[in-house]
Amino acid sequence: MTEQSDILIKIRDLSFFREARPIFDGVNLDIPRGKITGIMGPSGTGKTTLLRLIGGQLRPNTGTVEVDGRNIPTLSRDQLYHVRERMGMLFQSAALFTDIDVFENVAFPLREHTDLSDSMIHDLVLMKLEAVGLRGARRLMPHELSGGMARRVALARAIALDPDFIMYDEPFAGQDPIAMGILVKLIRLLNDALNMTSIIVSHDIDETLGVADYVYVIANNKVIGHGTPDAIRADESPRVKQFIRGLPDGLVPFHYPAEPLEDDFL
Amino acid sequence: MIRSLQRFGHAGLSVCAKFGWAGLFLVSALVGRPNVVLGFKLLVKQLYSVGVFSLIIIVVSGLFIGMVLGLQGYSILVDFGAESALGTMVSLTLLRELGPVVAALLFAGRAGSALTAEIGLMKATEQLSSLEMMGVDPLRRIIAPRFWAGQISLPILAIIFSVVAIYGSYMVGVQWLGVSEGAFWGNMRAAVDFREDTLNGIIKSVVFGAVITWIAVYQGYVAEPTSEGIGRATTRTVVHSSLAILGLDFLLTAVMFGEV
Ligand SMILES: Nc1ncnc2c1ncn2[C@@H]1O[C@H](COP(=O)(O)OP(=O)(O)OP(=O)(O)O)[C@@H](O)[C@H]1O
Ligand SMILES: [Mg+2]
Repeated sequence: MTEQSDILIKIRDLSFFREARPIFDGVNLDIPRGKITGIMGPSGTGKTTLLRLIGGQLRPNTGTVEVDGRNIPTLSRDQLYHVRERMGMLFQSAALFTDIDVFENVAFPLREHTDLSDSMIHDLVLMKLEAVGLRGARRLMPHELSGGMARRVALARAIALDPDFIMYDEPFAGQDPIAMGILVKLIRLLNDALNMTSIIVSHDIDETLGVADYVYVIANNKVIGHGTPDAIRADESPRVKQFIRGLPDGLVPFHYPAEPLEDDFL
Repeated sequence: MIRSLQRFGHAGLSVCAKFGWAGLFLVSALVGRPNVVLGFKLLVKQLYSVGVFSLIIIVVSGLFIGMVLGLQGYSILVDFGAESALGTMVSLTLLRELGPVVAALLFAGRAGSALTAEIGLMKATEQLSSLEMMGVDPLRRIIAPRFWAGQISLPILAIIFSVVAIYGSYMVGVQWLGVSEGAFWGNMRAAVDFREDTLNGIIKSVVFGAVITWIAVYQGYVAEPTSEGIGRATTRTVVHSSLAILGLDFLLTAVMFGEV
């Protein structure tokens, strides 16, 4: 790790199966350091699964997932936990701790991994909450939050430790237009000001193309296209075009794999 | 014939494998450098929710069981003119058997099921995953303190149960039915041996405490993360721990009191 390569995460020949069903089949993907990378794809293609593979919560069947030169699937438990201290992840379901309030949720990683004094933690937590617009909600319990608010608290918690890189799973889901605009700005700001690397998983095409520096489109267990947002918008490959324009018919299936319709209805 | 033997072997192997996983699970939760200060705080919190919340049901049940024992014991013993042995009978029954076993069954229903449901829900709502991703091991952070809390609580609860139950039988036997107070306590003191009776009872509840909380936290951790799956896991906790308690009780009794 002496020279820092431009690529923070390097995924090669990744295959992953759920039982016999392939989720990924020979995926290659590079996440550039210091940039915002968007990962887009239809629902159920395995975007969340990909983040879990990067975070080491799932192990690939074959292939490598290198984060900063270290192959995640081969790390020991302790090494893995060490690497994870530098990762932030915003879960699709917020995943707040339900037995403590908003403030303590955001303070949790700070208390866990730093020796900061209480007053430092207090200031840091309020700064993070202010950034997501929820400083006033600090004493609410998770069950008192709306879905969109809960995800913003989760975002504040994910950035509490100023991680080296952060994975956002559907950050825009359930946000109103104002919150959406603020989130987009916030993600950009965090990325540039703190020199983070960000991965955004989303199917909000406009927001993702708007904020990302580089975009991958996955479908049918593979990367079907990648490039800068402009390149993706102009991509002439029929599958990417179909996904970006949201056309119902085409090569990217809307349906979960199934027998032919006749077989089910006869 | 061969087929069914094969199936039997398969089932046997999968049970062994499950035990192996559950054992490994427990070992990885408990082994490792403990963080003393934080660990202590977490333990106190869990002792409160696992132990203190079980106190009411233990005390109330203990009182009633003691009163029933007093009543039944009296009506049997009085036929032989031996009602002065009531204290002996009640205290030995409670310390050796009923205290540890009934407290454990109540504990499995009250605290074990709650532990399973709590951990299962944490899994279903991705709280365990997000702990992992924050670099915090949920086995050490969530499972270990709960296990120790259950392990510590049950023996104490079992002792409280026995004490309350003896008091209940005293109320019924001495104050209501008129057994002589001196005979009640005196015979009890003469008959109860600390090592033989009290200590063996405590050993039993230590074993039960370990088994119940082990089953409860494991079932929560491996529960299918859906409402149905958590419901099933909770049921399994209660059923498995009840069976384990009764089976182990027989084994322990055979070892402790068998060669009389
Ligand atoms: N625990 C699991 N067991 C079995 N299959 C699963 C499990 N989790 C996900 N899958 C399957 O893996 C596939 C990918 O799931 P994943 O959650 O990664 O999709 P996604 O791209 O994040 O979708 P969405 O955009 O809707 O969040 C899905 O088709 C799903 O059926
Ligand atoms: Mg997803």
